[in-house]
Amino acid sequence: MRQKAIYILSAIAAVLLTWNLYKVFMVEPDELNQGAMYRIIYIHVPFAMTCGTGFFVSVVASIAYLWKRDLRYDAIAASVTEVSWVFATGVLVTGSIWGRIAWGIWWAWDPRLTSMLVCWLLLVSYLMLRQAVDEPGQRARLSAVLAIFTFTDWVIVWKSIEWWRTQHPGPVLSIRSGGGMAPGMEAPIYWNALAMACLAAALVLLRWRQEGVKREIDALRRYAHAL
Amino acid sequence: MTPLSFTESTDKPAADKATAVTSAAGEPPKPRFAAIRMILAIAGKDLRTEIRTKETINAALAFAVVILLLFSYAFDPTSDQVREIAGGLLWLVFLFAGALVLNRSFSRELTNDCLDALIASPASGAQLWAGKALANYVLLLAIEAVCLPVFGIFYNLTWLGQLPLLVLVIALATWAMTIIGTTFSAMTVNLRLRELMLPTLLYPMLIPPVMGAVKLTTTIMAGDPIGDDTIWFRLLIGYDIIFTLLSAALVEILLVG
Repeated sequence: MRQKAIYILSAIAAVLLTWNLYKVFMVEPDELNQGAMYRIIYIHVPFAMTCGTGFFVSVVASIAYLWKRDLRYDAIAASVTEVSWVFATGVLVTGSIWGRIAWGIWWAWDPRLTSMLVCWLLLVSYLMLRQAVDEPGQRARLSAVLAIFTFTDWVIVWKSIEWWRTQHPGPVLSIRSGGGMAPGMEAPIYWNALAMACLAAALVLLRWRQEGVKREIDALRRYAHAL
Repeated sequence: MTPLSFTESTDKPAADKATAVTSAAGEPPKPRFAAIRMILAIAGKDLRTEIRTKETINAALAFAVVILLLFSYAFDPTSDQVREIAGGLLWLVFLFAGALVLNRSFSRELTNDCLDALIASPASGAQLWAGKALANYVLLLAIEAVCLPVFGIFYNLTWLGQLPLLVLVIALATWAMTIIGTTFSAMTVNLRLRELMLPTLLYPMLIPPVMGAVKLTTTIMAGDPIGDDTIWFRLLIGYDIIFTLLSAALVEILLVG
């Protein structure tokens, strides 16, 4: 069942991404000020959306773990956080490339960028914390609490764009600001976001299965040790 | 929170002195009052241990002076440029020296299984956390109070004119540092790599309040009006409130399970 879901999600992601690439490169016109370069938005923003959704799912799974004390929720939180981290890296990398062309610098120490970097570092520390704890129950507990702290920090990131608007552009998507981008140009962002979401879900399912196997191996090792 | 009887709280040797005055009336205290006394007892215990041994405060102060010395090699300490980066320098010193204090907060209880005894005591996880946070806050403020004049003398800065504002910034940002540091100290206390893990977890988490503190301190030290920077005060206050509540709610899980 899970195997099938992984295949189906990957297939949807592949079809959608191919279709979107065609739309973005062959159909969409160049942007008025930035020319062809603006197309990176179709990767940058969906990455950020997937990363944000991942954060939310991981904190929900973490809270669910603290509530139910079922290690399966912890495995979901761990898998989702790991996949989110990959997408967070993608946001930083594509953002840097875009910034190099649009602003002339690879990195600006603007609060939004800094906050994204902070979140990326927090995810690194989450993954490091998981490695530093041996006992599964304790690992799940500590990392669940850390995930809640991380997510709260993420909320501050989310608000920061409205508080300190400096180098990073303000919200351009119509769902947040009521206009900015032409509707035709905006659509591929959402389609790409869906494709990325499918890809992320497939990756999470893969990682989740690995976590399950890891738990099984752990249990067997303990059993062997006890014998 | 379970109501605490009078004998329960005074049975603990550490709580003895701190509660002696308030419990003199002889009647069982109300639960809310007992919680505050418990927090003060734990904070008092921590501060008393620190005053007697001086193990972290001496190290933190010496470390702070070393950093101040090292900074003088990074740039010309007599130039006007110092004014523009004063806030950043000061908060880096506070942050590095503070981590030494915070790292010891829970790990000093590992000797003789004191942490287990504290967890088993009538104090709840949140009370234990609040007591530790209070003690850490006092220690960090003490270190900062010593560092500030030394910093002013070494780098030729005058900050006495706007002292109340500066004190407000330091009070708010230090509280942010204290709560996150104390909570993460509880989180990492049982790890093999706790000395390594705490700074890794602590510094990224503290970047928003430190950014605010740096901006405000630089403005204040330059003698400029606060003006638009009040937004950073809002950030500091918001951060303090959010994470104080979150830490108080979640620390029980970290300590007890």
